Amino acid sequence: MGRADDEINELAKELLDNILDLEDAKLETPVRSLSNVDYDDKDGFFKLQGSQKERKLSANTAKTFAQTLRLMSLSKELIETEDIATKREAYYVSKNWDDARFTKQGQSDNLMDDIEAMFRVNREQLGFIADEGGGSVAGELVVVDEDPTTGQKIEIDCTQFGSGSYSVPSDVEHLDFKTDADFVLAIETRGMFERLNKHNFWKDQNCILISMGGVPARACRRFTRRLSDQIGIPVYVFTDGDPYGYLNIYRTLKVGSGNAAHINEHFCVPRAQFIGITPDDIETYDLPTHELEDVDRKRISDGLSNDPFIEKHESWQNALNQLDNMGVRAEQQSLAKHGLNFVLSDYLPDKLNDEDSWLA
Amino acid sequence: MANGVSKAEELAQGTQSISIAEFFERNRHLLGFDNKRKGLLTAVKEGVDNALDACEEADVLPDITVEIHEISGDKYRLVLEDNGPGIVKDEIPKIFGKLLYGSKFHQLKMQRGQQGIGISAAVMYAQLTTGKPARITSKIGPDEPAKYFELKIDTETNEPEILTERERDWPNKDHGTRIELDLIGSYARGRQSIDEYIRETAIINPHASITYLNPRGKQRMLVRGTEEKPPETDAIKPHPYGVEIGAMQKMAERTDASTVNQFLKDDFTRVGRKTAKSILEKAKLKDRKKPRNLTRNDVEALINAVQDTDIMMPPTDCIAPIGAETLEQGLKKEINAEFYASTTRKPSVYRGNPFLIEASLAWGGELEEDGLCNVLRFANRVPLLYQRGACAATKGIQNTNWRNYNVSQSTGSRPKGPMTILVHIASVWVPFTSEAKEAIAHYPEILKEVKLAVQSLGRDLKSYLNRKNKVKEELKKRRYIKTYIPHIAEALADLNELDEDHTTTLEERLKTLLEQDRGEVEDIDFDPDANDEYDEELAEMGR
Repeated sequence: MGRADDEINELAKELLDNILDLEDAKLETPVRSLSNVDYDDKDGFFKLQGSQKERKLSANTAKTFAQTLRLMSLSKELIETEDIATKREAYYVSKNWDDARFTKQGQSDNLMDDIEAMFRVNREQLGFIADEGGGSVAGELVVVDEDPTTGQKIEIDCTQFGSGSYSVPSDVEHLDFKTDADFVLAIETRGMFERLNKHNFWKDQNCILISMGGVPARACRRFTRRLSDQIGIPVYVFTDGDPYGYLNIYRTLKVGSGNAAHINEHFCVPRAQFIGITPDDIETYDLPTHELEDVDRKRISDGLSNDPFIEKHESWQNALNQLDNMGVRAEQQSLAKHGLNFVLSDYLPDKLNDEDSWLA
Repeated sequence: MANGVSKAEELAQGTQSISIAEFFERNRHLLGFDNKRKGLLTAVKEGVDNALDACEEADVLPDITVEIHEISGDKYRLVLEDNGPGIVKDEIPKIFGKLLYGSKFHQLKMQRGQQGIGISAAVMYAQLTTGKPARITSKIGPDEPAKYFELKIDTETNEPEILTERERDWPNKDHGTRIELDLIGSYARGRQSIDEYIRETAIINPHASITYLNPRGKQRMLVRGTEEKPPETDAIKPHPYGVEIGAMQKMAERTDASTVNQFLKDDFTRVGRKTAKSILEKAKLKDRKKPRNLTRNDVEALINAVQDTDIMMPPTDCIAPIGAETLEQGLKKEINAEFYASTTRKPSVYRGNPFLIEASLAWGGELEEDGLCNVLRFANRVPLLYQRGACAATKGIQNTNWRNYNVSQSTGSRPKGPMTILVHIASVWVPFTSEAKEAIAHYPEILKEVKLAVQSLGRDLKSYLNRKNKVKEELKKRRYIKTYIPHIAEALADLNELDEDHTTTLEERLKTLLEQDRGEVEDIDFDPDANDEYDEELAEMGR
């Protein structure tokens, strides 16, 4: 695959020729959804399938066509000038496009994803970056970055942030890692991350803590992936015991998403293993629960019927069904019922020692 | 028969001991003279209905003048003039000076007259409120002198009291009748006003010309829209299914037939030899029994036997619809809308009485966008202004699901939007919910026919609205193309680093590519001048 700007130039030329010859002009994008991905343990990630969405230039598509081309033009300019723009900045650039401007950032983000998928590249290759970084890190890790102006190596020791943490940048491709840690622990909530950090959990367990802050951003996924690839240590995922934690957070980190299937290969962490709250845990630890809401039930039924990862893993089907039957969910924080530090002193150490209590 | 006039007759007969004036006072709510405002309206209504019926019976295109002059305070002078056949001299005092004279009892015929008690009630009302006599002029032919009467009703005996009687000159008039009444009333505008009554009368009688002077001194000429007169219809005899005990008793008393068998065959429609025999067997009555000897129990047995017998439905050629086209013309006269639809249903039967529903609809244009649709109700060409909520016509509209036709509606209420719906029921006997004759009764057959008529209008409206929407969409698409072509061209020019000339060429090619094959767009925009029938004067009335 060549540079993204070459791809853009090639498509622009083809569209121009077609229009000048009064022939149909089309934009073809892979369908970005769970229906167009497949999962195989051999690959270890959601693999894009062949369904294409065709956008033919017509009265109905004129606006989207104009916006897509404008965005491609912006991307080309960014690549050629070696500049970058955040998703939010790209959205604001569109405010100069009169009638073709975006009215919500969701619209420009969506077309940006379409363009990525069209050329099978990631956002950064188009010159666009995420609005926010990808999570926080603390523990036994030295990140080797470089000074953006001088190119000089900088070593960042993640044990030296005290009660704070290292913040993952949006582009992580150039980073290097030094560590003797035994494993990585990726945590759903910022609050839980801070508790573990404050009580030096990483020192006790010789590990690296990563806060995902909900569904992990691409940079966080890529950072964790590169870390696990380079160091070759296990990645454990600690989420709430609910469909969102299982499907949206754990599954996305491990195998990717339907929406960004074109980049899953490099933005997932196949080595990830689930040590979060399981339906069994809810009973074993007699955890306080909330009732499942309609949105939870829908996630469960969607997961059971549409998700290729769940389809391939009976244990996960059972867990979802079990949760559905119990009719409840439990949060990470609910462990505090047994004392604020129960999670450090008992839950996590027990979990880590008992592979049978994981969900695989 | 639940028959207003027969009811009034019964009432009148049952009150022999009291004076006719007292009878009127006691029953003024039944007769339409409840209050000052309704009194004036009812007097106008009786006069206009009479005039229109008279013209139709004589096969004349009606030219009617209605004048209301404010004399002082709440005292008004009402002047009504028509070009009907005129009334022969001997009949004039009885028609105007005797309550319930010549009432159309037992006549089943599609006509306006069944809806009131008659013009004499207006005379009575005038006399009771101002003490002034009615002044009547009538002329029956170009070579005849006009007859002039001043008369009152004797409030003890219900006989005309002639104060003045003479011949007089009536130049430029071949035939016709003129009546002047002084009465206490009140004039207001709005949905239940005289203005509205005249306006709706003009809509539903496009063959009539009406000159109307209201008490504010504003004169309006409502010109006829068609020379075509409504077809003459025949009276029919009652159908056994529709006759109630009291009515049958009265028929038995008055019949010329000498046996019950004969009575059934002669006085009812659709009863032949076999049917009469079958009814009498079931009622266990002898064929030869004299009708006037029938007891109340016998009559009840007869009625029950009738309900058990299969009798052919009555003929329906005794009803003449106004016709979808004429109805629509009427609506166009008063409403400058962008879309009209009309329909005439086939005749149907309720309780042995033939009837027919027709309906018409106007949408958009100058109609109000907000609020519930307007409903115009008519029975045998007479506007119904009161008791809208109780009327089968309104009910039928409310029970129709307008959301099926892309018109918004809260369930069970009138639809919303810029719409007027007109419903006309034509029947040899219009069933009203009460003696006040202001709302059509909810017979299932009538409700069903109203719904079917209204649904047909709804379907037409939906197809219009869809067409309009399509055009709107197409125009939107064309605007869309125009808006975004420059952006596509500019972006592609940037990407391909084109110079200005090439960019212009690109823009032109884009236009060709996107605008070809789009075809013509139907012109569906509202044109306020497109409606030739529209009569602004008429439309303004009653507002």
